[in-house]
Amino acid sequence: MIQSIRLEMRQSYAFVARNFNLVKRYWGWEVVWLAYSIANSLSVTFIGAGAGEITGETQIDTDFLITYLLIGTLVWRFLASIFNNISEMIAWERWEGTIEYTFMAPVRRINQMLGQTIFAIVYSFLFTVIIGVVVAAFFDLDFSDADLVSATMILLVGSVSFVGIGVVASILPLLYPERGAQMTNIVQAFFLLVSGIYYPISVLPKWLQYLAKISPATYVLEGMRAALLPGTVDAAPTSFVWPLLLMGLIMLPLGMYLFQRAERYTKRTGKLKRNG
Amino acid sequence: MIGTDTPALVVENIVKRFNVASEPWWRKLTRSKNETNGTNGLSRNVGQENGHNQNGGTNNGTPRAKRGKQIVTAVDHVSFEVERREIFGVLGPNGSGKSTLIRVLSTLLLPDEGTVTVFGLDVDKQSMQVKRLINRVSVDAAFFKKLSPKENLLYGARLYGVSGAEANIKAQEILKRLGLRENSYTEPMEEMSRGMQQKVAIARAFLTQPILLLLDEPTTGLDPRSKLEVQSFVRELRDVHDATILITTHDMYEADVLCDRIAILDDGKIVALGTPAELKQRANRNGHEPTLEDVFMQLTGKELVEKEDLSDFEPDKVLS
Ligand SMILES: Nc1ncnc2c1ncn2[C@@H]1O[C@H](COP(=O)(O)OP(=O)(O)OP(=O)(O)O)[C@@H](O)[C@H]1O
Ligand SMILES: [Mg+2]
Repeated sequence: MIQSIRLEMRQSYAFVARNFNLVKRYWGWEVVWLAYSIANSLSVTFIGAGAGEITGETQIDTDFLITYLLIGTLVWRFLASIFNNISEMIAWERWEGTIEYTFMAPVRRINQMLGQTIFAIVYSFLFTVIIGVVVAAFFDLDFSDADLVSATMILLVGSVSFVGIGVVASILPLLYPERGAQMTNIVQAFFLLVSGIYYPISVLPKWLQYLAKISPATYVLEGMRAALLPGTVDAAPTSFVWPLLLMGLIMLPLGMYLFQRAERYTKRTGKLKRNG
Repeated sequence: MIGTDTPALVVENIVKRFNVASEPWWRKLTRSKNETNGTNGLSRNVGQENGHNQNGGTNNGTPRAKRGKQIVTAVDHVSFEVERREIFGVLGPNGSGKSTLIRVLSTLLLPDEGTVTVFGLDVDKQSMQVKRLINRVSVDAAFFKKLSPKENLLYGARLYGVSGAEANIKAQEILKRLGLRENSYTEPMEEMSRGMQQKVAIARAFLTQPILLLLDEPTTGLDPRSKLEVQSFVRELRDVHDATILITTHDMYEADVLCDRIAILDDGKIVALGTPAELKQRANRNGHEPTLEDVFMQLTGKELVEKEDLSDFEPDKVLS
């Protein structure tokens, strides 16, 4: 029993170690990506700083607006990074050609996902903290009222459903060797649009608001704003934990189930790889 | 757990078909009539979507191809058994189904018909247990190119539950024997030659101590010395570690000296099976002792040759 838990932990760790090695070896690319992300987040945040000049209103609380947008961009960076790391899990291996070796190994998919998830959360967290520190340095913001404990909890619970969504999206590169990886970008764009990252969802047309209700990112955002910007949201931050927990409990097993179906399909049709 | 009298591998009536894109309709139209009777090597084992003898959508039980697709039968009712501690060779021309067969054995492809058992375990229903017992080396030494052999091998070994420390020691041992320079061990794989990468691929499989090792052209692209080293390694795995080995190769000499028994595949079907000596006995003697190459030439690629002969025959030229 203990033996087999150790063995399975070693398997999950294999993915964590491999991914950190990849980050190390592709460090140049990581730096570029980080710079790009910082520029991106900064430019969004500057919209808040410029709101007064853009509208000609002098009464706008720009600090509030900046913080509002900063929370949006950071939460989005974090969730998108989790999603990317998980959904690219197959695309990477297809690209390198190693997928047959990973699928041939006696590893349960759940242990593979666990390894990928641990890596994705640690990586995305560090990544987001760096962006946050750099961007915040440009402005004079006050987070003394912030409830950081609730914020962290919401972020962690919310990432579970995003892992599930990422697992579903990772099926695309499994089924479509050539274009699958690009298709996952569409999934990401959809969540960016409906989840109220930079605006309240009430400004969206009615039909998009329905979609917003089923996006876990919506609840993560609301929860984060409730925790970090007291007074913006009526509900207590913790009230957003339950819907997120529920969505995670649905998305994760669903993702695993669909993934296993897709894996069987590729093994029946010979789509895994066909060299040699 | 495993009874000692179960064979290492039992392959029963395996069939594997693929749907491949067929020629688009517009090209068929633009081709002249006498050309359409299939002159390319592929069409010999292909069930055309609207080909002859396809009534009611079946061709001796072959399912009908989807629209715009045709069915290639890569492995066609193959059966054989491999005993424990046997080195079993699979020979055959390009496209005869060797790699497909190995993929079925290694759980990477699900067969359309038939069953495979590894030490009595079904490769489909008990795939997790089977995976622990096997490993496979293939011609394409696929690795994370930016990672070093060390990083790649430790990753691979951990997937099989081998600890990083243990894998590290063993990997260096194996690579040293295969003649890999020590400083390459920690440099990115992309800087290595193909043969060197192939050696790392062999190490990846040997590290996990499989009791059934599937080798798909493991020595293709290796220099003669490394080839011999791999061969002696394979023997050692059998002699010292009691491993069973299934190997494909295009090197007839290698097959002859290494294998206890050999199956020759042609067009997805087994056309001969026996010890190298038995196979050689069957070949015609053209004044010299027959080699395995003679056997190979006589038994395989017949249809291809016949078709080529036919298409070379142009009545107009003969008449003029
Ligand atoms: N994944 C796949 N999808 C579609 N067709 C495939 C696939 N894999 C193999 N085939 C087809 O099946 C047939 C057998 O291929 P296979 O790779 O098994 O041959 P092989 O004996 O290993 O040849 P080689 O000596 O060149 O390695 C070929 O016609 C090939 O095109
Ligand atoms: Mg092959």
